[in-house]
Amino acid sequence: MQALYAQLLVGLINGSFYALLSLGLAVIFGMLNIINFAHGALYMMGAFCAYFLLNIGGINYWWALLLAPIIVGIFGMILERTLLQWLTGLDHLYGLLLTFGIALIVQGLFQNYFGSSGLPYAIPDQLRGGMNLGFMFLPIYRGWVVVFSLVICVATWFLIERTRLGAYLRAATENPTLVRAFGINVPRMITLTYGLGVGLAALAGVLSAPINQVRPLMGADLIIVVFAVVVIGGMGSIMGSIITGFALGVIEGLTKYFYPEASNTVVFVLMVLVLLVKPTGLTGRAA
Amino acid sequence: MKNRFIASLLLGTALTFAAGSIASAGDKTVKIGALSDQSGLYSDLGGPGSTLAAQMAIEDSGLTAKGWKIDVISGDHQNKPDIGTSIARQWFDVEKVDVIVDVPNSGVALAVNNVVKEKNGVYINSGAATSDLTNAQCSPNTVHWTYDTYMLAHTTGQALVKAGGTSWFFLTADYAFGAALERDTTAVVTANGGKVIGGVKHPLNTSDFSSFLLQAQSSNAKVIGLANAGGDTTNSIKQAAEFGLTKGGQKLAALLLFLTDVKSIGLDIAQGLNFTETFYWDMNDQTRAFSDRFAKRMKNSAPPTMVQAGVYAGLAHYFKALEALGENPHDGIKIVDKMKSIPTEDALFGKGEIQPNGRTIHTAYLFEVKKPSESKAPWDLYKLVGSVPGDQAFTPLDKSACALLKK
Repeated sequence: MQALYAQLLVGLINGSFYALLSLGLAVIFGMLNIINFAHGALYMMGAFCAYFLLNIGGINYWWALLLAPIIVGIFGMILERTLLQWLTGLDHLYGLLLTFGIALIVQGLFQNYFGSSGLPYAIPDQLRGGMNLGFMFLPIYRGWVVVFSLVICVATWFLIERTRLGAYLRAATENPTLVRAFGINVPRMITLTYGLGVGLAALAGVLSAPINQVRPLMGADLIIVVFAVVVIGGMGSIMGSIITGFALGVIEGLTKYFYPEASNTVVFVLMVLVLLVKPTGLTGRAA
Repeated sequence: MKNRFIASLLLGTALTFAAGSIASAGDKTVKIGALSDQSGLYSDLGGPGSTLAAQMAIEDSGLTAKGWKIDVISGDHQNKPDIGTSIARQWFDVEKVDVIVDVPNSGVALAVNNVVKEKNGVYINSGAATSDLTNAQCSPNTVHWTYDTYMLAHTTGQALVKAGGTSWFFLTADYAFGAALERDTTAVVTANGGKVIGGVKHPLNTSDFSSFLLQAQSSNAKVIGLANAGGDTTNSIKQAAEFGLTKGGQKLAALLLFLTDVKSIGLDIAQGLNFTETFYWDMNDQTRAFSDRFAKRMKNSAPPTMVQAGVYAGLAHYFKALEALGENPHDGIKIVDKMKSIPTEDALFGKGEIQPNGRTIHTAYLFEVKKPSESKAPWDLYKLVGSVPGDQAFTPLDKSACALLKK
């Protein structure tokens, strides 16, 4: 039984990453209608950004949490301005192919320069060590990841669903022409939204740097699972993707305990089941 | 008299010409295929570095100056046996490749083994670990150069059991390699009076090991055997430190650890780990000289791993066999037989031999990862703690299940 609690908690930790990443994807899809396959590469860039900030600029983890999402977010906005904006109104497939291509190029470039084994990034001193919870030894850093990503997820949800800015955003998705008529700069808002989604990916990258190796392919391995999470949660649904992210982390954790061989397929089995029963995803509305 | 002199002179000249033309009629073209994981989790320990090692083996052999024409091409098997075999087939059928080298990933390696045998090519495997290549699945076309799971089990594994690590829990990569390594290590553990109390099989290329590590932790095994490689091993080690496994008194057995893995984990966490390799760049003047030349041509200035060194040394030995044959007979079995008949000796692995089952025997070295304070250069990572002679480290012939030995 103790082992089970431990697995649930570990699942929650992984779920934090799924939630953060699928949240970014949901924001981008919900507002821009782009299936952002570059998300994994941008997540990886976040981790590399933290690595460079530390090793070249001497800037510590805490600043990296703030700076890396901004830097990568700006990169994302440049992408949106120069490439993605031309795809507005076209079929989803174009956006998917373009972002997939961007992901391959970015990953290829990083792999060319840094190899595939990855670079080490140490856990910040303040978060080292762990505490004994009775049923498991919880590394403090992992606990921090869960709490911090929960806060970020809720904040993002609040921003989009409960503030005036979020209302503009949602309105701009529904009817850009009308919103423009009210004197709101819709293209700029779209660019900023893409930047926000990308920033969330980069933030997840910084969070994961001390846990996983900072590797060029770290995002490629994760992105497929995260897409399954988004599909299960319902494309574009903010709360749906947060909840499914955490839930799937837990389910995956349990699978690792009961039948480890299936741990990297269980998410996809669930995806198939959900699509069969409810093609719009658990919280999605029919288009 | 004078006429006879001239006649014999002419005859001699003619004979010389004839001899010359016979020699030049011998085929002196060779095509090498470096098949590896070029972009995935094993690409740093093999990959482009293995292709470079093959290139350097050609240059250092001096055969080009003697009229040989030797080319090397490379391919990416993406850790998928079906892709590996289809590249190998295409190489033999279309590209007329003579020898396939490297091939990390035991699953791919075993699949390619069958293709090479079918096409009667030469297979010098350096990157794969499974001892099956020279046991149940041995082939007259195959030389397994660098290391194998039997050797890893009988060096690192044995040393840990003898040091008191009597109960084991395995974290095993769920494919041919992990299974072979777990099997061979389990045999050593039980033979030395220890026992295996559990294990989990994880999918290849897993990024989060916390679940598995918690299971290992709660098993209370004294030793946690990592029967995985590359990125899987580095992540296991890093996260085991995070979850306090080693602080709790459990010991990690990194059964297979490469130079690039240690570099990627960082000395802070990796320090003190014991493991076995058959080559390290900083062993002696010769290995250092080679590694310097190698690193200068590598993109990230990395010295060679034992897999890349094995590609170089295996090919160097292959060239010796070709030179002894005087030509390339394009007959895999004939060349491999010749390779087996010549004792191996090179700057990187020292003296050894290739056994009839295709296993290359050379000294295995036990290393310990240095403390950060002991490391004086970016790649100064190991200190030597012991060595095991080749005949004790690798499968003894009487225990090998290879059918070639039963003739």
